[in-house]
Amino acid sequence: MFHWLEKNPFFFAVGVFLVIAFAGIIEILPNFAEASRPVAGLRPFTVLELAGKNVYMKDQCIACHSQLIRPFKAETDRYGQYSLSGEYAYDRPFLWGSKRTGPDLHRVGNYRTTDWHENHMWEPTSVVPGSIMPAYKHQFTNIADIETAYAEAVTVKNVFKTPYGDNIQPGKEAWEAYKPKVLAEAQKIAANMKNKDVKDAVAAGKIPEVVALIAYLNSLGTSRYEAKK
Amino acid sequence: MQSNAALEYDYSVAKLFTYTTILFGFLGMLIGTLIASQLAFPELNYLIGEYGTFSRLRPLHTNIVIYGFTLSGVWATFYYSAQRVLKVSMAESKFIMFIGKLHFWLYFVGALIAVITLLLGFTQAKEYAQFEWPIDIVIVLIWVLWGVAMFGLIGIRREKALYISMWYYIACFLGIAMLYLFNNMSVPTYFAAGGVGNILHSVSMYSGTNDALVQWWFGHNAVAFGFTVPIVAMIYYFLPKESGQAVYSYKLSLLSFWGLMFVYLWAGSHHLLWSTVPDWMQTMGSVFSVVLILPSWGSAINMLLTMKGEWNQLTENPLIKFMVLASTFYMLSTLEGPIQAIKSVNAIAHFTDWIPGHVHDGVLGWVVFMIMAALFHMAPRMFKREIYSKKLLEAQFWLQTTAVVLYFTSMWIAGITQGMMWRAVDEYGNLMYSFIDTVTVLHPYYAIRALSGVMYLTGFLMFAYNMIKTMSSSRELSEEPQFRSPMA
Repeated sequence: MFHWLEKNPFFFAVGVFLVIAFAGIIEILPNFAEASRPVAGLRPFTVLELAGKNVYMKDQCIACHSQLIRPFKAETDRYGQYSLSGEYAYDRPFLWGSKRTGPDLHRVGNYRTTDWHENHMWEPTSVVPGSIMPAYKHQFTNIADIETAYAEAVTVKNVFKTPYGDNIQPGKEAWEAYKPKVLAEAQKIAANMKNKDVKDAVAAGKIPEVVALIAYLNSLGTSRYEAKK
Repeated sequence: MQSNAALEYDYSVAKLFTYTTILFGFLGMLIGTLIASQLAFPELNYLIGEYGTFSRLRPLHTNIVIYGFTLSGVWATFYYSAQRVLKVSMAESKFIMFIGKLHFWLYFVGALIAVITLLLGFTQAKEYAQFEWPIDIVIVLIWVLWGVAMFGLIGIRREKALYISMWYYIACFLGIAMLYLFNNMSVPTYFAAGGVGNILHSVSMYSGTNDALVQWWFGHNAVAFGFTVPIVAMIYYFLPKESGQAVYSYKLSLLSFWGLMFVYLWAGSHHLLWSTVPDWMQTMGSVFSVVLILPSWGSAINMLLTMKGEWNQLTENPLIKFMVLASTFYMLSTLEGPIQAIKSVNAIAHFTDWIPGHVHDGVLGWVVFMIMAALFHMAPRMFKREIYSKKLLEAQFWLQTTAVVLYFTSMWIAGITQGMMWRAVDEYGNLMYSFIDTVTVLHPYYAIRALSGVMYLTGFLMFAYNMIKTMSSSRELSEEPQFRSPMA
């Protein structure tokens, strides 16, 4: 049979494809049938947090930080309750990471504050002596792309039925109407920050990347897993 | 139509891809050395401001090495050896020639755009699948063009039976096509939200655990069909050619090919051990990873035994040395991987530097060594000149081999140290170390790794210099060498 396949490239290719596709069918499809079911109390990211998640992705925090607490005593002691599948139901993409050059962040919102993150992003060694993390000062001046985050919320709401409220609708007008809400949320974060440029920018209606990023980090662990409370 | 006159093979496309292999190899390894140095000396992070941080450069490094260097190497060797094993010249078909050239230029332009958008931070944040949707579409086009060229050549072949290398090239084509398409499924937000926001942005079709599953089914098997399968294709062609020996066993080739095809895909879930994917999948990933030793060692042993009775060539011909060491590193790497996929070992190894250590003994020792040896074999035949310097080749071999050994030993120690420190508890059951303790302790190993990076990069520059000299000013050959590549 193999000799015959080697002389008939078409059937050879079909054969190879079937053999390699087999594992995917067995391993992946069953989980999709189950889909990701959110844990009770899970809420989707707010638009500001989504923008923060996009900053997290853009600056590739994932290269050094994981968001997956494994069920070992050492890990739950260090980071908190181990991760559950249902906590990630609204995460697109998943951001588990594959390398911990820095610590896990899945429940970082439980034990770090806005103030701590601000110092950490500005100069990591000021809060963690010996840290090899680069400073992310540009996040204090770069303006976050909130509009794209809004578009993302609209997309996951309409395409994937993520439970966002009625206020999130397609189109520029809906976005303009929604904007003040995001700004109000950003103002709450900025109130706890001390960087003057950031405060000025938010007062002027712009949201620096660091504000969105901190909103996202603060949401990790706490607000996302309210069933534990 | 069959004549006994030697065919005039057309190497124009193979040459183009040879140039990009050298270019992207240099770029990828340069950035790799830089980011390795940044972990040891964080001050190096701000060389080009926001764009020069470790985190921003790391995906650039992986993407340039995988899709820049390795794929160029795969295509350079494909456009060279496919003509020969199929007994057909590219020049015989204007259409295939056109497709081949289009394939190259679309790839080259696409690669440049991809590098720029990654630097600017447009990313899906999935490892080795970072590109946003417009670039994904270009990548699919490039892939289709390669498919047209490959099956076009197969369509007009004179040699009826497909040689082993062709099996692997076909598998590489099909495997990546399937994996890439499924993993990169996403919805562009601009269109779904009625013209709001950035047009490049998209969201994954999958969420959370499912997304992780698809990603690592892709991630692991991109290694399979990018770093294993086409490199095996190369060694099956170039080692017998260079040594003048026939492949040791046809049955072993069959067994290892079909075995690899069937087993490899199951192993992806070993990246998700102790995560939230269902337990039975984790177990499957573990078990199949161990089974994977068989087909992998099957091809490696088949290659090593090809040298049976001719081991003296190892001392005389540096290209044989490169290829034999590549096979050996392949065996090391495919033994190390399954060990890391054992659940209890994985509990320590995952998230640590042992993983980059494993990746790099595979890539530096197996993939890069094999590609360089293949290009050295091709150069005298494509450019009708001797290899410029044998001495330089020898020196490069030892420098790079030392570098690889330094790389993986330092990362083994670093990774296991890190993993053990994370879990260490004192007599009362409290954690012994804070996280930062596990970071600062790694400094010497990171410094050694940076040094190994500099050494390996230097070796690659020696390779590049030797290649460029071979192409431009080495002694000309009157006829094509039969087996051993002539070198001065």
